[in-house]
Amino acid sequence: MSFFIQHLINGLSLGSLYALIAIGYTMVYGILRLINFAHGDIFMLGAYLVYYGMLWTPLPWWLVFIVAALLTGLFGILLERFAYAPLRNEPRITVLISAIGASFLMENLAILLFGGRPRPFSVPALLDHSVKVGAISFNVIQIVIPVVTAILLAILSFIILKTKTGMAMRALSTDYEAASLMGININRIISMTFFIGSTLAAIGGILYSCRYPQLMPLMGMMPGIKCFIAAVIGGIGNLTGAVVGGLILGMSEILIVGLLPSLNDYRDGFAFVILILILIIKPTGLFGSNVKEKV
Amino acid sequence: MLKVENLHVNYGGIKAVQGLTMDIRDNQIVTLIGANGAGKSSTLRSIMNQVAKSGGSVVCDDVDLTNMPTRDIVKQGIALSPEGRHVFANLSVRENLVLGAYTVDDKDAINKRINHAFELFPILGERSWQKAGTLSGGEQQMLAVARALMIQPKILMLDEPSLGLAPILIQEIFDIIKQIHEEGNTILLIEQNAKKALEIADYAYVLETGKPILEGPGKTLLADPRVQAAYLGEKKNAEAAANAEETAQAE
Repeated sequence: MSFFIQHLINGLSLGSLYALIAIGYTMVYGILRLINFAHGDIFMLGAYLVYYGMLWTPLPWWLVFIVAALLTGLFGILLERFAYAPLRNEPRITVLISAIGASFLMENLAILLFGGRPRPFSVPALLDHSVKVGAISFNVIQIVIPVVTAILLAILSFIILKTKTGMAMRALSTDYEAASLMGININRIISMTFFIGSTLAAIGGILYSCRYPQLMPLMGMMPGIKCFIAAVIGGIGNLTGAVVGGLILGMSEILIVGLLPSLNDYRDGFAFVILILILIIKPTGLFGSNVKEKV
Repeated sequence: MLKVENLHVNYGGIKAVQGLTMDIRDNQIVTLIGANGAGKSSTLRSIMNQVAKSGGSVVCDDVDLTNMPTRDIVKQGIALSPEGRHVFANLSVRENLVLGAYTVDDKDAINKRINHAFELFPILGERSWQKAGTLSGGEQQMLAVARALMIQPKILMLDEPSLGLAPILIQEIFDIIKQIHEEGNTILLIEQNAKKALEIADYAYVLETGKPILEGPGKTLLADPRVQAAYLGEKKNAEAAANAEETAQAE
């Protein structure tokens, strides 16, 4: 039993991280039908901003976290403006290639600016306690991650379901042309989408670094791919799907490794196995749907 | 009210609209008819600046709309109910209407207009919490029209509102258009169903492969043999017109 709860905590914590990052993929896809391949690198940027923020400014750690997340959000807006917006009316594959280019550019710029050697991430003492309850031991950050994720999801649902901007986002993701006919400022809504997605990815990156405190310029690649998979598993374009997909992926990764420790070296491969299995059974993903025209 | 002057629209080398001039006056129903691909939808989409104009101008009440972004044109009071309805399938009927009033800030006004829409289309009121994607085609069309009315537009542009609907629903849609007109709205109507459109129109323009070929009061065009031949399916005349065309081409 304690074995199970132990892994549940680990899985929930990893799954929440995946969910946070998967949301960015799915939101951008929902609105632009674009896989933002640079999303994983935005995750990396958030973590590095915190690193330099703690190094160079006297601000308290929590303020550095918040400012770094918001700055990364702004960076997401710039990324869209320069790499994707000029290609708005081009074929989708063109924008996709631009996204891959943006990803390479960010990774290599990061190597150039931040250095290729791993840097230690100084985890705030408050988050770095080890707690023991009976036979179960965990780190405070493992509880903080799902809690922060739950709060952010609640805020996000409120924005999407109750605000005018959220309604415009949903409208834009269902029907681009009609949305423009409603007088919606499409550029503004797309910017908002990138801001929210990138901020969440940054928070994901920061929390991830608190859990695995080592920064590398390419640290966003594997989480990026896995969270993309999480979004696809859930049905890309669907927010609930992204969260569920992230949780499934995180949980199963931890559980499989927990039950079969000898497979630890293959843990990154599980995501793909799960993806293939789910896509065989339901090609649109768990929550995805085919749109049909009504007569 | 709305003046379209010498409008040209090109799609990658294809001249979709070539030199259309229209004058839509207050409280009129004006219709633009023509066969499939004549450039009717292109005209409306270019008025909204959803497609670029390659020439000409659009002016509404002395405000030049020619190069305005779509959202500013909406703010000027031009509403388009697009071809194929384009309701937001994942959103509820009510949310669709609220989005129709996206450029309106006054919440009370929005609620009043939603209530009015439900008076005009009681079926939408019954389904206000249902997702628009679950409505029937006719109901979706009503929603598209109601949504366009939410800004209380100076001009309501309707693109093929009868497309793909059962005959009994087509009649209903036309009755509603008449009713909306009687409430004091100005309407620019595009239709393939030329007969019905001409019957209710104060004034009409006929487009053929992008070129304006005829204009006049609806009733006059209804009686025009050329219109009858080409668009109203009067068989004898149609054959005559076809023959005339062949002779023209041979020459």
